[in-house]
Amino acid sequence: MTLRASISFGQKHFQKKMDLEAPSHGVTALFGPSGCGKTSLLRALAGLDRHAESEVQFRDQIWQGKARWLPPHKRSLAFVFQEPSLFAHLTVLGNLKYAVKRRREQAAVDLDEVIALLHLNELLPRKIHQLSGGEKQRVAIARALAKGPEILLMDEPLASLDLQSKRSLLPMLEAVTWKLSTPILYVSHSLEEVTRLANYLVLMGEPGVLASGPIDEMLTNLDLPLARDADACAVMEATCVGFDEEFHLTSLGFSGGHLVVPGRVVALGKQVRLRIAARDVSLTLQHQQGTSIQNIFPATVEAFQNQGDAQVLVRLRVGEVGILARITQKSAAELGLTSQQRVFAQIKSVGLLH
Amino acid sequence: MNSNSISFFGFACLRCQPQWVWAWSLVLLVSCVKQETGVQGGDSLSLHVAVASNFAQTLEEVGAVFEREIGISLVLSPGSTGKHYAQIVHGAPFDVFLAADAEHPQRLVEQGFGVAGSNRCYAMGRLVLWSAQPGFVDKGIEVLEQNHWHHLAVANPEFAPYGKAARSALEGLGLWQSLQARLVRGENVGQAFQFVLSGNAELGLVARSQVLRLAAEARGSIWEVPQTMYPPLRQYAVILRDGDEAKAFLQFLLGEEARKIIRAAGYDLP
Amino acid sequence: MTFTEADFQALVITLKLAAWTTSILLFLGTPLAWWLARSTWRYRFVAEAVVALPLILPPTVLGFYLLLVLGPQGWLGGWMNSLGLEAPAFTFSGLVMGSVLYSLPFVVQPLQDAFSSIGRRPLEVAATLGAAPWDRFFSVAVPLAMPGFLTATVLGFAHTIGEFGVVLMIGGNIPGQTKVLSIAIYDHVESMEYGQAHTLAGGLLLASFVLLMLIYASHRRFRFTKI
Repeated sequence: MTLRASISFGQKHFQKKMDLEAPSHGVTALFGPSGCGKTSLLRALAGLDRHAESEVQFRDQIWQGKARWLPPHKRSLAFVFQEPSLFAHLTVLGNLKYAVKRRREQAAVDLDEVIALLHLNELLPRKIHQLSGGEKQRVAIARALAKGPEILLMDEPLASLDLQSKRSLLPMLEAVTWKLSTPILYVSHSLEEVTRLANYLVLMGEPGVLASGPIDEMLTNLDLPLARDADACAVMEATCVGFDEEFHLTSLGFSGGHLVVPGRVVALGKQVRLRIAARDVSLTLQHQQGTSIQNIFPATVEAFQNQGDAQVLVRLRVGEVGILARITQKSAAELGLTSQQRVFAQIKSVGLLH
Repeated sequence: MNSNSISFFGFACLRCQPQWVWAWSLVLLVSCVKQETGVQGGDSLSLHVAVASNFAQTLEEVGAVFEREIGISLVLSPGSTGKHYAQIVHGAPFDVFLAADAEHPQRLVEQGFGVAGSNRCYAMGRLVLWSAQPGFVDKGIEVLEQNHWHHLAVANPEFAPYGKAARSALEGLGLWQSLQARLVRGENVGQAFQFVLSGNAELGLVARSQVLRLAAEARGSIWEVPQTMYPPLRQYAVILRDGDEAKAFLQFLLGEEARKIIRAAGYDLP
Repeated sequence: MTFTEADFQALVITLKLAAWTTSILLFLGTPLAWWLARSTWRYRFVAEAVVALPLILPPTVLGFYLLLVLGPQGWLGGWMNSLGLEAPAFTFSGLVMGSVLYSLPFVVQPLQDAFSSIGRRPLEVAATLGAAPWDRFFSVAVPLAMPGFLTATVLGFAHTIGEFGVVLMIGGNIPGQTKVLSIAIYDHVESMEYGQAHTLAGGLLLASFVLLMLIYASHRRFRFTKI
């Protein structure tokens, strides 16, 4: 764990304590409904707000402790706010250089690479008021990266953008998380963003931190509200292993076998993230023949739970990955569903994330 | 907004460019050094005189002759006698004070700010009823009882010497109460005079010296309020810092040559 | 329409006074305005009221109190006398002190407004980008508050040029030392030298008009689009 924090919010009458741990690489999502204190937690970590009786430790540095307080400008982090908050008196390049001038000595960031990752080349000489909302946020992210932080804190960077800007920015964010090794703490209330970007998930609710763990485990944990969501899904990593030239299918390998998806979607050998919605998975006792469904895998029932009066949520293991299936209680009764039962999972559709 | 256009108006100095700040500080300091030397140059041969505003121009004429004959120049600070008094009590660097009344110089002597025995009457003001329109007050005092005018300008009857004189004259005529609604009060006699000169008041009780300063064709009509109708407007001078120059000036001010100028300016003499 | 040497002297003193006053006010007023804009002290309104006081206090009254304090018998003037320094009343430095007090709200309030309107966010961003407090102030707060600095400078300068009551009282109307333009105009009017009064007053009017136009023109120039 790279970041450990314990923050006490509130005054005498209202106290709320949050404990957080985040791994040293990849994207850690702080996910939860609005108003549960995600932003407050992130601000406390950055040192923008100071709460008594709190502790923050990053790697071997004590940022906040009993007798120690490191002001935000001495913490080796960068922060991306929900609103781009660019410096209006500087150009795009001026904003980037502001961060470069103040970067830590040991930080080795290639400004050109950052500019390329966020497609800023054309915007460099522009004034801030000439940018669209999405462009501004791209500059804000690039500016944060240009500082060469050891950790990047992002507070709902896409929340204030329109749908189209979000769509164009998400792939750039994915590219940033793939290309740069900087760990990222990403606050969001959008499950879509989280499933696309996060490796590790901290689930937050009204009382504070509810649970945390690797994203695939968290999404398929039946005890957590994520799996009970109408859009519940599982994610898995897969590698492109081949193409079917005749039918134009791409074959993606994972620990449970080969998935085929239509079209030539990724390059050979490339890793992609797949999202499989619970509602798109059905179960059979025998391997079905004569079906239009291409992706059928042997699976083991790990757990199941009634959802409302009519449905059952089933957690399956395919190879080494967990996926969810939502079926009716009637089907469950006909299948005679039990724990550790061997079944076949039929996957109707797959979302490709990278 | 790029960083270049911020340099507008020399404001670059505020954008982390200390050399501008230093340069500007230097300019300010140099401007002060220059002033210090400039002042001390003429100090020995000049007298600093606080003079009642109404007498300032007459004193300039007197001062010109004085400088020509004795070789000492006057530096005049015109102002109201009340303010001058407050300033002198708090250390104002005046050598001689020409007040608009008798009380303030007297008080300064009593309080030790004026040289004992040096307070002398140098001029007596005369109150006149004046209109900028020719013929308006030719019949004298009667016009005050008529209704074809709207405003009579007077100086502040509480503080200003000419205001006090105007009040006692009007009280003597039994008109003070009945004219209240038509009185406009200037802060001092200078302002009362401007009310009439600008045509905002048809009539005014002002100083004769003010009217005489106008060109002959601009003097309108004038009626001299008899000296018996108000207490004399004695203006006193007092020496504040004893010295040969101050004594010489006071002597000159009371001498025949100055008296001629003062009388021509419209004042009576003691 | 005449312009005497004495008038020229009054003009020079006025410009010098305005330059000194404005410079000192920017130097002192900037930290004060910064503090007023950012302090969360619950009695901050007391300080704000004190700063605004010269707006309502009649200048002659303010001048009289200054006279009480700065004269040779006043506590500050007397103290300076005891140190072998000249008491500031009736000197140029006394004029500067009086003008600094009198023009204080005209400099502090635009600065305070400008600092407040920046908000906390740009400074937080700068902090997370590694900028220390002084660095943040000069690299972010000052440039973003530039329209406020411009307004404060021009208002402070113009207001000092136009002031009358305070300088008359504390300065003593001494030609060559404390006689400023506004007093020169007043004296000309008092002695019925209306021609000279018109020349000076007209010039003052024109200069003030140009200064104020500059403010409004530059406000257009300096307008930042909100992000």
